[in-house]
Amino acid sequence: MIQADLSTIMPEIVLSLYAMAALLGAVYTGKDKVAPLLVWLTSGLMVLLAFWIGNGDGVHTAFGLTFIDDGFARFAKVTILLSAAAVLVMSEGYMARRGLLRFEYPILISLATVGMMVMVSAGDLMTLYMGLELQSLSVYVIASIRRDSPKSTEAGLKYFVLGALSSGLLLYGASLTYGYTGTTTFTGIILAVGSTPSLGLLFGLAFLIAGFAFKVSAAPFHMWTPDVYEGAPTPVTAFLATAPKVAAIGLFARVVHDAFGGIVGEWQQIVAFLSVVSMFLGGVAAIGQTDLKRLMAYSSIAHMGYALMGLASGTAFGVQAMLIYMAIYVTMNIGTFAFILSMEKDGRPVTRIDALNMYSRREPLKALALLILMFSLAGVPPMVGFFGKLYVLRAAIDGGLVWLAIAGMIASVIGAYYYLRIVYLMYFGEEREALDPSGSPVLWGFLVASAAIMVIGVVNLFGIEPIAAAAAGTLVN
Amino acid sequence: MTTIILFAPLIGALICGFLWRLIGEQAATWVATGLLFLACLLSWIVFFGFDGETRQIEILRYISSGSLDTYWAIRLDRLTAIMLIVVTTVSALVHLYSMGYMAHDENFREGESYRPRFFAYLSFFTFAMLMLVTADNLVQMFFGWEGVGVASYLLIGFYYRKPSANAAAIKAFVVNRIGDFGFALGIFALFFLVDSIDMDTIFAASPELAQTTVSFLWTDWNAAELCAVLLFIGAMGKSAQVPLHTWLPDAMEGPTPVSALIHAATMVTAGVFLVCRMSPLIEFAPHAKMLIVYVGAITAFFAATVGLVQNDIKRVIAYSTCSQLGYMFVAAGSGVYSVAMFHLFTHAFFKAMLFLGAGSVIHGMHHEQDMRNYGGLRHKMPYTFWAMLIGTLAITGVGIPLTHIGFAGFLSKDAVIESAWGGGNMFAFWALVIAALFTSFYSWRLMFLTFFGEPRGDRHTHEHAHESPMVMVAPLGVLALGAIFAGMIWYGPFFGESERVARFFSIPAAEAAHGEGEEAHAEGEEHATGEAHEEAAAEETGGEAEGEGVVAATEELAEGDAEGAAEAVTDLPGDDPDSEGHHFAFGGAPGDGAIYIGPDNHVIDAAHESPIWVKVSPFVAMLLGLGLAWLAYIRQPSLPKTWAENQAPLHRFLYNKWYFDEIFGWAFVRPASALGRFFWRRGDGNVIDGSINGVAMGFIPFMTRAANRMQSGYLFHYAFAMVIGIAVILTWLTLFGGAN
Repeated sequence: MIQADLSTIMPEIVLSLYAMAALLGAVYTGKDKVAPLLVWLTSGLMVLLAFWIGNGDGVHTAFGLTFIDDGFARFAKVTILLSAAAVLVMSEGYMARRGLLRFEYPILISLATVGMMVMVSAGDLMTLYMGLELQSLSVYVIASIRRDSPKSTEAGLKYFVLGALSSGLLLYGASLTYGYTGTTTFTGIILAVGSTPSLGLLFGLAFLIAGFAFKVSAAPFHMWTPDVYEGAPTPVTAFLATAPKVAAIGLFARVVHDAFGGIVGEWQQIVAFLSVVSMFLGGVAAIGQTDLKRLMAYSSIAHMGYALMGLASGTAFGVQAMLIYMAIYVTMNIGTFAFILSMEKDGRPVTRIDALNMYSRREPLKALALLILMFSLAGVPPMVGFFGKLYVLRAAIDGGLVWLAIAGMIASVIGAYYYLRIVYLMYFGEEREALDPSGSPVLWGFLVASAAIMVIGVVNLFGIEPIAAAAAGTLVN
Repeated sequence: MTTIILFAPLIGALICGFLWRLIGEQAATWVATGLLFLACLLSWIVFFGFDGETRQIEILRYISSGSLDTYWAIRLDRLTAIMLIVVTTVSALVHLYSMGYMAHDENFREGESYRPRFFAYLSFFTFAMLMLVTADNLVQMFFGWEGVGVASYLLIGFYYRKPSANAAAIKAFVVNRIGDFGFALGIFALFFLVDSIDMDTIFAASPELAQTTVSFLWTDWNAAELCAVLLFIGAMGKSAQVPLHTWLPDAMEGPTPVSALIHAATMVTAGVFLVCRMSPLIEFAPHAKMLIVYVGAITAFFAATVGLVQNDIKRVIAYSTCSQLGYMFVAAGSGVYSVAMFHLFTHAFFKAMLFLGAGSVIHGMHHEQDMRNYGGLRHKMPYTFWAMLIGTLAITGVGIPLTHIGFAGFLSKDAVIESAWGGGNMFAFWALVIAALFTSFYSWRLMFLTFFGEPRGDRHTHEHAHESPMVMVAPLGVLALGAIFAGMIWYGPFFGESERVARFFSIPAAEAAHGEGEEAHAEGEEHATGEAHEEAAAEETGGEAEGEGVVAATEELAEGDAEGAAEAVTDLPGDDPDSEGHHFAFGGAPGDGAIYIGPDNHVIDAAHESPIWVKVSPFVAMLLGLGLAWLAYIRQPSLPKTWAENQAPLHRFLYNKWYFDEIFGWAFVRPASALGRFFWRRGDGNVIDGSINGVAMGFIPFMTRAANRMQSGYLFHYAFAMVIGIAVILTWLTLFGGAN
């Protein structure tokens, strides 16, 4: 029995053991000198694990239904692992140049990744919280990894305090749920809830959702996002914007479908509310930004709104749309952050938007790649980003949330403004002081690959659609 | 072979338009011209080798949507064959001519490349026109129809720096839109009624359509009449018939070769072609035919009157074109489609020649177009003079009365006028005869003002007037041959005895019996299809034509490059020797031949039997016009001024083109532009832009500021926002949640 359990969570065990071994090994050897090696090792391992997990099939549970390994979990895990690996590789050069590349960095990322993997596989409120906290605590530390920078430490502290608050909300919701259902496993909860929940249970649900909303940075639980994104070192921001978002929204979907699938009508309203507020706030607030990282923070808020739109539909297709949206979102963000990481002036990182003035004249290819990414983020056809939006809008309409779809379209028009503004500055702005010519081929590769995917993916989205459908099918039935 | 004819101009246009930077300007223009000459040569081969059998050459599956399932196919029959040679010959010659005419153009700056663009447009136009004439279904034809419209628009506005050229281009496009709307409605109506857009299906269904009524707008209509009228509205737009003619004179803003090709020889005759092509339908719509006759006759008369007083050399010819198109419609409306095609055919030659000649004069006179500044040019430009003279002789209809010897226009125009008489519409007949008089007057006026008398206007220009280069004169020579001989050679097939016309257009015969006319028709219809071919075959053994030797000889002369000419003519049997009192009735089902002439349509016979004074009348009118012109412009050059002063209101009325433009401007253009301005300023500007701008520039930035103020950086604000959020959610759940 225990053997089957262990084999089900073997990827998580492997990554945890690796993290601990690396910690010990690094401490007793070259410390920070081995950090570049660790970065590559870690990301290599993550890619391997992604392939391993991607090849699995069937539904396995472990430890008395507290851990679930199904298609949905595997889809989310592969996305998490690949994006974490990509961000790690991208950050190596940037961190090294600024003396930030400590050996703890890749180890903390691996631990956060283990946490995220547990999150999306959670079958029990306790597993859920365990994964969530493992991920959160690791990320708090990474956010303030630049200890001598007040901004970075401020970001880490803010994130930690607000994260603690959200954990409190979440735990309160969990305890209410436990109190009203008498169980912590999702399979038990869904049976106990039935189809007419008590108000107390709904309160529990609301608090749980508030906790998740904080993690996915959905308005109005988003307030930490811009400050943390801006304050944290850019590679950390890139990490925050990708893998944890997938994990959090995966967990979100897991809980509302697995534990509260019987009362879709109840949480649908809350999710739709979060979705519409996020889309509009993300769009409207981003307009005034002058810093690219802050802009990307608001952009991620808006994008989470769209992903939640898929979830709000409450259907299997909605979950499929959400998964596709997240995969596309992560890819776009990796490319965009690869670009932001490469922005330097006199060797110092620059994130001001107006540094991009007339960028196209100096680096036409990179400008073109960023143009494609911006169009894709804005949802301009035929870029892949458009199809992501198309899926969630369709899901919303199929789910009977026409008003939400219309709101989403209006919000996307508002959102297009700031993406297009970047394109405008790059191609038609005024000539200002130039950025340094780009150096890192790794970043260049990620940027161009991501842009290429946005264009080439038009053909069939790289076959992601049926996989996402199968994944969604295991979650919603 | 027809496929090559069809696509050669397209390939030429593509190469010339897109690849000229690679192969050079000169090479690009030669490629376009060379491909056009290839198409032309093949067209003549197709024409002479054509056996009369209608056939479809499928190119690809075109549309398949619901019950609309159709191929893109070339419909090759006699009509197509005729149009093929008209289009490709004139186009090829105009291409060649343009080499010289467009060599230097002061509308473009030094070093600007405009010639490849010009040739690409010309070739593209030719392709579209060929699409039109080879169409096997109405949508395909509409494609070509719109294609030539676009090409015409582009070429009229070719001198895009000239505001007048741009305005003329837009005018042509917009006025044509009205006609095209009618055409499109006609196609819709036919599809609605027949459930097909294929010619064959429509033709086969036309007798049935004549028995059907259809409700449209305010009342019920006879289906055949309605479709015919709608299609004719399309034809009116394209062929510049009153009142949709206003664009044609303005279209003269385009380069002169364009006027020759598009606005004289080919595109404007598309309407006539459409009516002839749809003859199986038109034949069942007697009221529509009457409308066609009246519109054609009014146009012929109106345009001729306006032509009398115009001073711009190209405008005179433009109004003349308009008027001649009216002639063609009269013939078509009278039910003698072959004569309409005949006049179309000959007109293409002599009108293209007149335009190219006028272009040569304009070229030689440094882009001076006002005839009042010409005079005495026949010594400076001898070739051009002779070409124009032949063209004028052709258009005015010079020939030997009561024989079949004369210039092309003599035979075809007289045929039209006799057909008008045969059709029994006296208004049309007299309108055409008077128009013939006017035609003669303004044509000779043009000749006398340009080539005779004393040089007037700028002396400097006259001193530098010169003959045009050979590339421009040579096409005139070829067209001159057509203008002289085309009428005599093809008189028989187009307007000979009924049998001959029927054989040329592959119309099965109904019954060839003496005397028992009426009875024959009734049964004729029934067994016509069966026996038609045998009868036709039997008549193949007819006697030799009297003038055959001459004909064959001239043929050889006229078309040195067409080897099959002589044989082709020999194939056509001559007049039946005992045709006296012989009643030939056309038969066959609609769509059997290239054109359809109803079994009780004897207009051709009636036209042949018209009294001598009818046959002579156009000739007399021509002589009168010539005499008057001679009197006024050679003998006593002060006369025109006196006339204009004595009849000032009339002169003003004609000079201002019957005030059509002014009336349209007042009735349509001004209200439309007022309405447009209202929607633009008020609707678009104030309402739409206003609201969008208000939201985008007022509301959203306000929201942005608010959102950014909320993002204060204080931790407790953030925590407070989260608490507010959870409070809102809980309140909502409490008030509206499922627990209630």
